Amino acid sequence: MDTLINLFVFLVLLSLGFFIGRRNEARHYASIRKREGQLAALPVIAADDWDKSRPVREAWLETACVVISIDYFKRIALALRNIFGGRVLSIEPLLDRARREALLRLKESAAARNADLLVNLRMETSSIYGNKGKKASVGSVELFAYATAIRYDAPQPGMSGNG
Amino acid sequence: MILTNIDTVPNMRIVEHYGLVSGSTVRAKHIGRDIMAGLKNIVGGELKGYTELLNDSRKDAINRMVAQAKALGANAIINVRFATSAVAPGAAELYVYGTAVRVESE
Repeated sequence: MDTLINLFVFLVLLSLGFFIGRRNEARHYASIRKREGQLAALPVIAADDWDKSRPVREAWLETACVVISIDYFKRIALALRNIFGGRVLSIEPLLDRARREALLRLKESAAARNADLLVNLRMETSSIYGNKGKKASVGSVELFAYATAIRYDAPQPGMSGNG
Repeated sequence: MILTNIDTVPNMRIVEHYGLVSGSTVRAKHIGRDIMAGLKNIVGGELKGYTELLNDSRKDAINRMVAQAKALGANAIINVRFATSAVAPGAAELYVYGTAVRVESE
């Protein structure tokens, strides 16, 4: 009886994870793509360089983070993958989503302050774990992004051109 | 206080170095967030409570670093770096460090 109940719970969690998790992922990707399009005009570079010929009005540190959790289905898929080894196709999109989301938040908050450019982008990944021994608590990851935002002086009226 | 993670402050000249300043904070999450996170672990997605917690903690760490720099007489911190480490189950240390300097506009 107990085994049956356990099996039932397992199957419910598995299908919840599979269906809702998949829907969530599709929605998140749709939102990411949309916002990436909106913010495409704000460049982000990993190098420490900007247009030195233009006067800079302001520079500040921008940070953004996102904590994202894996769903039950993917957790089981990972456990199976651990037996055979190889690429974990179920986890790769998770990290991809989190990284793009963190970058988007960074750009959104920089854009809100009228930044022209983000330089020296750094990304950090850390796993977050809950109470040990509880299987359900592993599988969250934090993506943290930071960069220096730069805002140039507005071009003088009359002497502005293209570039 | 100007913070950057590059070697300089654009359009400013560094007139004095005060050395390393840092701030850290160790935060634990509360049980309510843990329960929500447990539910989210089934369907996946963002753990907003944790995102918020880590954001707040980092702000705390930055504030401590800024306070230290202010005490030294600095008006900017350059080359800011962050480090995160999970020190115990359910608790994380957020550490931020940088170089305190005094800058003047060019």
